[in-house]
Amino acid sequence: MAQRTCIPYGPQHPVLPEPIHFDLLLEDEKIVDAVPSIGYIHRGLEMLTRDHDFMSMAYVAERICGICSFIHGMGYCQAVEGLMGVEVPERALWLRTIWSELSRLQSHTLWLGLLADAMGFESLFMHSWRVRELILDVFEETTGGRIIFNVCTPGGVRRDIDAQTLGRIAGLLPRFRREIDAVAGVFLHDASVKARLAGIGSLSREEAHAWGCVGPMARASGLSFDMRQTGYAAYGRLGVEPVVETGCDSMARVAVRVRELYQSLDLIGRCIKEIPAGDVLVKVAGSPPAGEFYARLEQPRGEVVYYVQGNGTKFLERFRVRTPTFANIPSMIHLIKGSRLSDVALLVLTIDPCISCTER
Amino acid sequence: MWEFRIPGLLLRWLARGPATRRYPYVKRPPFAATRGSISNDMGRCTLCTLCQKRCPTDAITVKRQEKTWSIDRLRCTACRACVDPCPAKSLAMLPAWTDPPLKKSVDVYSKPEAAPKGAPDA
Repeated sequence: MAQRTCIPYGPQHPVLPEPIHFDLLLEDEKIVDAVPSIGYIHRGLEMLTRDHDFMSMAYVAERICGICSFIHGMGYCQAVEGLMGVEVPERALWLRTIWSELSRLQSHTLWLGLLADAMGFESLFMHSWRVRELILDVFEETTGGRIIFNVCTPGGVRRDIDAQTLGRIAGLLPRFRREIDAVAGVFLHDASVKARLAGIGSLSREEAHAWGCVGPMARASGLSFDMRQTGYAAYGRLGVEPVVETGCDSMARVAVRVRELYQSLDLIGRCIKEIPAGDVLVKVAGSPPAGEFYARLEQPRGEVVYYVQGNGTKFLERFRVRTPTFANIPSMIHLIKGSRLSDVALLVLTIDPCISCTER
Repeated sequence: MWEFRIPGLLLRWLARGPATRRYPYVKRPPFAATRGSISNDMGRCTLCTLCQKRCPTDAITVKRQEKTWSIDRLRCTACRACVDPCPAKSLAMLPAWTDPPLKKSVDVYSKPEAAPKGAPDA
């Protein structure tokens, strides 16, 4: 009879610098049960709607997470604009799309670096993050911030990108592509990476559907599910095809994110070519009326749902965010059960967890 | 045969030098758009309190009787919410980041006394 051991894993652990705790029940080296505990980083951001009016809450929403910060701000603004019936200028929608795709680029390169670090591939980790630095420089040049941007506001965006800067970004895209080529080649074809990832954490299409997976986690299991297809911002005009892989394992999740890097580069290039001229901000008059609105967006980690409820005053009645990591935690627990202890770090990482988003 | 490319790669890396800067000896100049820190030209400031109303973190305090404008640098998130609507254009965003403060303090700026009417220009 195998010996049973319970190992506490986290909240400080070697996988990622965010606190999540598991109680892992092992039989020898095989995990038979995993009980997650979250709540270490809850900040009560949704409750801040009592203290901050609906315009100031855009700054708070962006601070839910430091990686998907732009898309959090954009999701909140879309929800408020939907509730108030605000018509956002066309150019602002295209600028939001450019910044969204830049966010996806920096988030995926960050995740690739973290994955390489979890595998012990230090040089690959550094090269992935070197690529990310180039993208953060574009953010700093266009928004003024590297992580928190404060450009999205109800009614549009607070800052325009002039034609000269857009041209410079378009000129940088081939360089980004070359840099990503060099890193992506190692992730997709290196023997040691394949040995560590292929066949680990297999999640079938049916299981991914049953556990409610979103984002790259779902698309790596063959589910064609991408909120950008709903056509928010300028995605309706761009026509986004989801990046789907059928490998269902950790390698497929890497492949989805690597292919999404190239997709984002293409989308940014097309946005720069097709962006219309015009205003970027309309004045939002009045307060959100009584009513409710859902906004669904595709973050780098998957689908995020923003819910706002107005009551006729400038303070929202209710504000709720369903983040992609929250939706992916059940499938992560499913993956951990039955795996080996040495694979837990990788399996936690393959869902690209963001605990700050999850707990808000 | 990628093994044979290693000497070439080594030579290229040696010629190219490190990918990182030798910080703090070499610093990258900030972009013009970088949100570093807020400055206020008190000669132009009308103490209209619009910046105080717009600040999402309540970092700015304007005292009209005492003719002072103060900012808590640790509360300020450099979001530009005060700079954009400033009617007198006295507030500006400096692109350089400030050094980390060693203690909590509030920076207080006083409005300079207006020169008496009829006084000659300095």
